[in-house]
Amino acid sequence: MNKHLEEYIVEKSLLIVTVISIIIILLIIGFIFIEGMPAIQEVGLIDFVFGMEWSPSNDIYGIFPMIIGTIEMMIVSLVIAIPLSVGCSIFMTEYANTTMNKILKPTIQSLAGIPSVIYGFFGLVVLVPFVRDTFGGTGYSLIVASVILAIMILPTIISVSQDALLAVPSTYKEASLGLGATKWQTIYKVILPSAAPGVITAIILGMGRAIGETMAVIMVAGNVVQIPGSLLEPLRVLTSNIAIEMGYAIGLHYNALFATGIVLLIVIMILVLIADYIGYKSRVQGSGDL
Amino acid sequence: MSNNLETVNRSDNMMKYVFWGLGIITILILIVIIGYILINGVPHINWEFLTTAPKDSGASGGIYPMIISTIYVTFIAVLIATPIAVLSAVYLYEYAGDNLFVHLIRFCTETLASLPSIIYGLFGLAFFVEFMHLGWCVLSASLTLALMAIPTIMRTSQNALEAVPPAYREGSLGLGATRWQTIVNVILPAAIPGIVTGIILGMARAIEETAAIMYTVGSSIAAPVTVFDPARPLPLHLYMLATEGISLENTFATATVLIVMILGITFITNYIVDRYQKKMMGE
Repeated sequence: MNKHLEEYIVEKSLLIVTVISIIIILLIIGFIFIEGMPAIQEVGLIDFVFGMEWSPSNDIYGIFPMIIGTIEMMIVSLVIAIPLSVGCSIFMTEYANTTMNKILKPTIQSLAGIPSVIYGFFGLVVLVPFVRDTFGGTGYSLIVASVILAIMILPTIISVSQDALLAVPSTYKEASLGLGATKWQTIYKVILPSAAPGVITAIILGMGRAIGETMAVIMVAGNVVQIPGSLLEPLRVLTSNIAIEMGYAIGLHYNALFATGIVLLIVIMILVLIADYIGYKSRVQGSGDL
Repeated sequence: MSNNLETVNRSDNMMKYVFWGLGIITILILIVIIGYILINGVPHINWEFLTTAPKDSGASGGIYPMIISTIYVTFIAVLIATPIAVLSAVYLYEYAGDNLFVHLIRFCTETLASLPSIIYGLFGLAFFVEFMHLGWCVLSASLTLALMAIPTIMRTSQNALEAVPPAYREGSLGLGATRWQTIVNVILPAAIPGIVTGIILGMARAIEETAAIMYTVGSSIAAPVTVFDPARPLPLHLYMLATEGISLENTFATATVLIVMILGITFITNYIVDRYQKKMMGE
């Protein structure tokens, strides 16, 4: 009897600890909304999201240029990162010998481990001057921010899509090769399509990281509030907006920065939901195949 | 027909080179970044740099208080995050089964893992610094970083628990041990290396973080003594030196120290995991 009571207490205590994760999420969402809502009420949701001007000294808060800037930067960095990272994961699962895999695994771990300030610093001292000298302008630009981000999201996309490629049953591959298809045909027509949900999840996770990155982008993007018209123009993204101005923001300005956080939070949660849905759907389909 | 076959074979061959190229580019990127920082940073590192406080807001002097801050903040963060994360993993894997609650928790940890660090920073500022009146200090930063480390430690611990052979569990339960006795005496010891890996990964995440601590840790140049003192961890110091253009040499040297710390942790973890796996295979 005593034993049962002890077990019961242990189980319920563990349950309470586990619930902490839910409480944390609720607290984070709650506090960011509580601090951000006053600004959205004051400015108006439409004016806040679609407003073209951000001018704290005049109490004008519109974040549209930063939303577009964030999207542009995300797209450019994905265009650079997807071929490289998906290609690298295909290389690791299909082409690389043991030596190359032994080098690549710690390489990817290290790329994931390098702090974002180091990436930002590298961009600042190497890429910004390079762009300035080669193409003119200040060098602080959309292209430098996107290149740095692309490098930063490589490890995320590589490791998740590698898992997806490894999960493709070897019988698929053997059947395709046995029918006389070449290796590339097998990869392109058999392996990639069946690994597609995993690869897409990998890309969505990369997207989330790109949108959420703060420090590296601040250091190389120039942080001018405008919709960048070309790859060489500076921009300010949502995360940078918060990090740059929070140090001296008071009153409505402070709330407006939290409201920027709300927008960011909603975008990231939508991405997590999409990734979750793809994972769920592909599991259901997978069991249907069997 | 044979022409077509030739094209197919040629493109197959070409793709092989393309993929080798992509693999090599990935390695080169890492070598260039780390190499560039180390080549410019290593010459400026000496004993004095590591053991003295910065002078003239970082233009000269060392980074001793920043190293202490980093270790302090990270240690407290891991101390807070580990019990929560490991116990949650135990509950989810050993007790909960597969139900809606588990899915909800999994969704919450996935979301926690995906939240941008600046969101954690905002929350830390609003909750720990202002609502709980902790002010800018080591504790506020550590609590914020602990929240970020929880999903990492939890996921890795859960994988470690999954990897414990079911026979261990059944053997212990069959001998009349209770579930909790089985967990404490059999399962956790077997899963320890995996859990340690998780803790180290969480630690690495806490060490490199800047945005989450920018507005929670303050920015004092003195080394923190109690958890209520403000501090300035290495990444934050590096950010300030780099953006204010204070001293390029000291910036490179600080970056080098940070990279060496992170890479050291990564390789030590790999070594532990490798050795453990070999030992397990040997049995």
